[in-house]
Amino acid sequence: MKILVTDQAGVDHELEGLEGWRVMEVIRDWGLNIKAECGGALSCATCHVYVDKDWLDVVGPPSDEEEDMLDSVGDVRPNSRLSCQLLMSDALDGLKLTLAPSAAKD
Amino acid sequence: MSTEITTDVVVIGAGPCGLFAAFELGLLDLKCHFVDILDRPGGQCAELYPEKPIYDIPGFPVVTGQQLTDNLMAQIAPFSPEFHFNRMVNSIVKQDDGSFKLTTDADEVFHAKVVVIAAGGGSFQPKRPPVDGIEAYENKSVFYSVRKMDDFRGQDVVIVGGGDSALDWTLNLQPIVNSLTLVHRRAVFKAAPASVNKMQELVAEGKINFLTGQIGKLDGADGQLTHVHLTTDAGDLAVPATRLLPFFGLTMKLGPVADWGLELNDNTIVVDTEKFQTSVPGIFAIGDINAYPGKLKLILSGFHEAALMAQAAKAIVAPGERVVFQYTTSSTKLQKKLGVA
Repeated sequence: MKILVTDQAGVDHELEGLEGWRVMEVIRDWGLNIKAECGGALSCATCHVYVDKDWLDVVGPPSDEEEDMLDSVGDVRPNSRLSCQLLMSDALDGLKLTLAPSAAKD
Repeated sequence: MSTEITTDVVVIGAGPCGLFAAFELGLLDLKCHFVDILDRPGGQCAELYPEKPIYDIPGFPVVTGQQLTDNLMAQIAPFSPEFHFNRMVNSIVKQDDGSFKLTTDADEVFHAKVVVIAAGGGSFQPKRPPVDGIEAYENKSVFYSVRKMDDFRGQDVVIVGGGDSALDWTLNLQPIVNSLTLVHRRAVFKAAPASVNKMQELVAEGKINFLTGQIGKLDGADGQLTHVHLTTDAGDLAVPATRLLPFFGLTMKLGPVADWGLELNDNTIVVDTEKFQTSVPGIFAIGDINAYPGKLKLILSGFHEAALMAQAAKAIVAPGERVVFQYTTSSTKLQKKLGVA
């Protein structure tokens, strides 16, 4: 299964993902510009992405705890999600998203 | 005047791997001083996820970041390591006699035979909001903490954030400022309820403004802010501001480590896997901050690295001394050091 990721520089990437992986892990393992400093513990917000509007219904809304973490970035949009909270599955095959500026490494 | 401290080992970073290093070094009679930018031990475990369960510490089916930190502190207590919190090591310079001189931003000078860098993802620093050109205003009219309240007296202050820092400073600064606007992306706060209530009273009394939105562009010149542009539910607006305080929590930055002349690989320090020594003999790196083939960023890997590093550190501090490998279970000598024999 694949995800389509636009990085902060506007470059598109098609990434192969595995069932059950976090979307953050797929992006990180392919070497894209994502800091993901807490490693998926929902304890930072440095894996922040914008989900393409066509996919918003499929991924659903963030949990309360995820909303709380989103308070720690300054570039939240209505389609903001933390990619460590999105699990790869058949339903997300083809997911399109954009890396937020606040997810960039230093 | 700077404080001078002479010791065997300076450990930079008091996270779990650094703390355990004090145990392994202590068994070998090496004395440690810790320097950490946070105000307490535990590193990421204490700062990022104190209440989150960890399931892969050997012997602990489940332990929280805070419990692990507390346990490590108890485990190393017999060796009385000394802690220097709220400070950062700025420079490490090798001396002619092979020892190291370290200076901190708190004006301390350490002289140590061995340096252990256990700095995890780097030092925790305030998150900079993704706003173009904000660097030019930093420490002039944009601040990430309040060091002197007087710097805010009579100013038009914009505070951004919805946590305790944002709320506390809203309440503390309100009496002395000219105007204060609190900005948060939603009307939900993750702060002490009493502070939220107090803030809402101030809004109701017209003493402060609260706006739901996010900061966009900054206006000003020569580092002096005049307006902060906000994107709000009610549209875009420019708020007069001479001071901006963004409170978005902390993030890890490599910081001065990059300037210490060590071989780096993508923000990590290259080490060997026998001694976990860096490209500079006498400086070691353990835990998340190091890099070697097959590296796994696990706490348990850092513990292993600490044990091997300690053997090599001993050989530097006490060259020629024969070290007998012993177990804490059977060695009365080690048990005496631990205060249990």
